[in-house]
Amino acid sequence: MTKLQRPLSPFLLYRWQYTNTLSILNRITGLALSIGLLLFVYWLVAAAGGADSYARAQDVFAHPLTKLALVGFSFSFFYHLANGVRHLVWDAGYGFERRTARLSGWVTFIASLVLTALLWIVLAIGNGGAA
Amino acid sequence: MSLRSPLGRVLGLGAAKEGASHWWTQRVTSVALVFLGLWFVAALAGLPDYGYETVRDWIAAPVNAVLLAVLTGTTVYHSQLGVQVIVEDYVAHYGLKIATMLLINFVHVVLGALGIFAVLRIAFGAAE
Repeated sequence: MTKLQRPLSPFLLYRWQYTNTLSILNRITGLALSIGLLLFVYWLVAAAGGADSYARAQDVFAHPLTKLALVGFSFSFFYHLANGVRHLVWDAGYGFERRTARLSGWVTFIASLVLTALLWIVLAIGNGGAA
Repeated sequence: MSLRSPLGRVLGLGAAKEGASHWWTQRVTSVALVFLGLWFVAALAGLPDYGYETVRDWIAAPVNAVLLAVLTGTTVYHSQLGVQVIVEDYVAHYGLKIATMLLINFVHVVLGALGIFAVLRIAFGAAE
């Protein structure tokens, strides 16, 4: 096949904007959740393995680095969920007005921060910080 | 009038009425995951503790077991679709792209099987 000289799509950003920030964040959080899926399945398998294997998993989950990752995964969850709903609304053909899109972007971002904080406050109160 | 090229028709290439299936399945699973995901996080946050007995009994409850199995299957499906797009976008080399896709598909299928098997094992009382 002959190689045609076609114009390239403008994949190189000419200006960083909130639109592409939120868009790439949706992809990054989605990928993070795919990695988090490993921990989720590990948790289920450890529980299915009995008390001993679950106790080992509890050590893994109690590690500060795992805790940090879980905070990241929970933010990813809320952000990907909220922004996903935003995308679904767009798919239905609504919310494309500049003002609306900007507003829904802010709502998405702030809501995911608030929900993440809320979740960890509930977890901290609920079981004295022992996850 | 067909918009397909003669070569494309001969090779049998083209959407074959399934061009939107990837896109559509991603949306269907995302709608399901809005509900399943919120249920899971809310239920998890509502547990009194995360000790072995509490967690095992929670997973073993029929409604929880079914929803967890559906959540696992749907998440794996949605994740596979999403990661596929990322690989298609960023891995330019054809052979490497195919190899990465194969690996990612295998990992997702194994994760799904592991997760659902674990839930069923607990639900049917086979875990001690």
